Amino acid sequence: MTHSLTLTVNGEEKTVALDDPRVTLLDLLRERLGLTGAKKGCDRGQCGACTVLVDGRRVNACLTLALTVDGSDVLTIEGVARNGSLHPVQAAFIAHDGFQCGFCTPGQIMSAIGLMAEAGPLDDPERIREGLSGNLCRCGAYAGITEAVRDASKILSGKGGAA
Amino acid sequence: MAETLPIRETAQGSAHARHGSNIGQPVTRRDGELKVTGAARYAADHRPPGLAYAAMAVSTVARGRVAGLDVAAAKAHPGVIEVMTPANRPALAQDPDAKHHPFMFRMDLLQNDRVRYANQPIAVVIAETLEAATEGAALLAPRYEAEAPAATLADGEVFVPRAVGVGSPADLAVGDVEAGIAGAVHRVMATYDTPAQYHNAMEPHAIVAEWTGDGLSIDTPSQGLAMARGRIAGLFGLKPEAVAIRSPFLGGGFGSKGMLSGPQVLGILAARLVGRPVKLVLSRAQMYGPVGHRAPTRQTLRLGADGEGRLTAVHHHTRTASSRFDDFFEAASDVSHTVYASPAIRTSYDAVRLDTGTPLFMRAPGEAPGSIALESAIDEMAAACGMDPLAYRLLNYAETEPMSGKPFSSKALRACYEEGARRFGWEGRPLAPRTMRDEQGLLVGWGVGTATFPALMFEAQARAVIRRDGRGIVETGAHDMGQGAWTAFAQIAADSLGLDIDAVDFRAGHSDLPDAGIAGGSAHTATAGMAIHHAGAAVIARLAELAMGDERSPLFGAGNAGVVARGGRLLRRDDETRGETFSAILDRAGLAEVEGKGSSSDGGPAAGDYAKHAHGAVFAEVKVDPDLGQVRATRLVGAFAAGRIVNPHLVRSQYLGGMIWGVSFALHEKAVVDPRTGRVLNADLGEYHVPVNADVPSLEAILVAEEDPHVNALGIKGVGEIGVTGSAGAVANAVWHATGVRVRQFPIPIEALIV
Repeated sequence: MTHSLTLTVNGEEKTVALDDPRVTLLDLLRERLGLTGAKKGCDRGQCGACTVLVDGRRVNACLTLALTVDGSDVLTIEGVARNGSLHPVQAAFIAHDGFQCGFCTPGQIMSAIGLMAEAGPLDDPERIREGLSGNLCRCGAYAGITEAVRDASKILSGKGGAA
Repeated sequence: MAETLPIRETAQGSAHARHGSNIGQPVTRRDGELKVTGAARYAADHRPPGLAYAAMAVSTVARGRVAGLDVAAAKAHPGVIEVMTPANRPALAQDPDAKHHPFMFRMDLLQNDRVRYANQPIAVVIAETLEAATEGAALLAPRYEAEAPAATLADGEVFVPRAVGVGSPADLAVGDVEAGIAGAVHRVMATYDTPAQYHNAMEPHAIVAEWTGDGLSIDTPSQGLAMARGRIAGLFGLKPEAVAIRSPFLGGGFGSKGMLSGPQVLGILAARLVGRPVKLVLSRAQMYGPVGHRAPTRQTLRLGADGEGRLTAVHHHTRTASSRFDDFFEAASDVSHTVYASPAIRTSYDAVRLDTGTPLFMRAPGEAPGSIALESAIDEMAAACGMDPLAYRLLNYAETEPMSGKPFSSKALRACYEEGARRFGWEGRPLAPRTMRDEQGLLVGWGVGTATFPALMFEAQARAVIRRDGRGIVETGAHDMGQGAWTAFAQIAADSLGLDIDAVDFRAGHSDLPDAGIAGGSAHTATAGMAIHHAGAAVIARLAELAMGDERSPLFGAGNAGVVARGGRLLRRDDETRGETFSAILDRAGLAEVEGKGSSSDGGPAAGDYAKHAHGAVFAEVKVDPDLGQVRATRLVGAFAAGRIVNPHLVRSQYLGGMIWGVSFALHEKAVVDPRTGRVLNADLGEYHVPVNADVPSLEAILVAEEDPHVNALGIKGVGEIGVTGSAGAVANAVWHATGVRVRQFPIPIEALIV
């Protein structure tokens, strides 16, 4: 049997006829909707590479069955830049070299945007490190990530910043 | 078709911010925008029409044979197309167990029913969907005839390997070590254990393979495209040109994607079996077996020193392990060839064979485990001599390479010690351990370690073109695994052609391009960079020849004075007001473009006369909870000298990443192997601990200036691996300084610190 699923993905309503209830949100995005920005690093919720926002909250898309988010609003890395303009977090990741291989980067950025929504302006590096510790980076770009998020937070809260 | 980085303009302007031009400039990553928008395409992101999904079933025993698979149950599952087992696996042109040279590693390609390590592929299920393939693999419910495995260094028969690392001798000595130890005033003898480690790149090995007519079209991550293409061509009896591999981005490699691995070939076989394109992606757990790891070591160091503390002898012995069916021996002792001066040095090895996948290169292979043991032992000797650990290292500073006696091509290590110590605030460190506390009562300790890594060069080729419109094209099949190849090579390419970086199309990441060698041994930038440098020079020479021989050119007759290329123009070296654009030269000659080729190798007349290494000094602070033993590396400062720095922005990131690997080596990562079953018990990212952001609060890397006239014409040494060395030992030594407990087992278990 097929299951009908309606989602708003990056501002666009999508109706999917799902032939299999085992499909995770991550596999739905990657293998059926062609949105491959979110990455599969572990499929166990241990690395954070698949982080997306569901109704504004960070989730590990690999641990989320697609059918459980019927009716939700999903924001992926592909929907973050608007009208050809990078989001301040994205621009700050480039400026501070907050990545190397780039595989964890979509998850890091979505997690950072989610964290800002949860916590408000982020000036304390320790708070940033703690709040992003669900997102592994094996290349070890953590220093740049922390600086990038701090800088972007300043810009978003209207206090300037260097990015 | 070549891979060109699609850089698009955004509202912020150019996709990368430029702060000047080319080599030496902190240019941001040219692939940065692709990576922060999710537009960078990694292998598993591809979904060609007609794609089928493959899932591997892997062995749950470490030794024995597969006695049965419920193929019928898997095939009965809706969506399953086929189950590939030894019974129906398509034929190969080459035995996967054939070994024609030491770096042709044996693979498990369903050649028989034998199991030689846990997580070995034993079948592949191909289905219409990923979900069906995964379920199908589970339904195979394998039965085994299991045998008792050899799982740890304590198991099995000890032997001396014929060679270690990349062909290094298993026993090498200079001077009389036994006499040096016998006559010493101070002696240290200590044994250090390092565990098996797994690369755990964030991107699991993945392949999308499609047979096209008589050829193969592949997306898969590779640190060595030409070698991978050759290996695939050999296995399938194809001409190398019939195999096209795209690998524009790797989601990390760290050595695990240097050699083509068995599962990647299984993806190609699955595509052949079902006659459709197939995607095969490893699960995280499946990466603990068929794609390499760092072998465990048990290292014994025997040091002697005279009354002043000068080393009289160093014996560094390593016991390590390879698999039962192939050879790779972690060359941990070899770091003692280079670092500290001693009139007598011996490095030796022995090994056992375990029922594991074959160990392989992992970031700083040999150097990483060797360095933590050597730096710990040197620290123990400094303490035995009652000396400050930094002063002790300076006392035993090697002015020439101790084992070979050769002069160093360059060595700014003294400056690294000085700048690092000043920045860290080393002065005033109390000599005695367990004497510093912070305001919360946590024990505080400071440690230092010396970093070193060889400056290697391999072979590579590149092609460069200048077109009539004044733009340049530079091609080499380079690999970007995060180190910044797209950016650093474009910088070198632009300088080689005398063009602005935005006037050069740099193409890489595809097996059809000239062989860029491997992204390994910290040698990629130097190796492929020199090929680019030569290719660019060949183009400029051709242009100069056209201009200087043409009386209509302002450069006519420049001859011996020569010309220089800058900003898209050729200028007379003796009078830079006289020159003309590349376009003008090509216009007049009626040529659409000029081409040049370049290559590089570890050659040159003086290549063997020098010891060539990058160096560094790492200072670490740790805090230890005296009641719980919990350790945190609170502060690290590394100062590194690695010749000419192509891009300080990217090089800093390489150092910081390496230093985090050092912290991880000392405090976090370890594969726990069950001695009864030979299985890795923590084959996931929850229990195999790699550092998270909160584990590394404060890191700083200092780029110490160094010019090296000998390593290559560009003066480039490698930076990708050196950060691991020195750092691990510095953290371990800081733990001793904080607690007074010398732990010789890594990662340091917290229970060892509760006294």
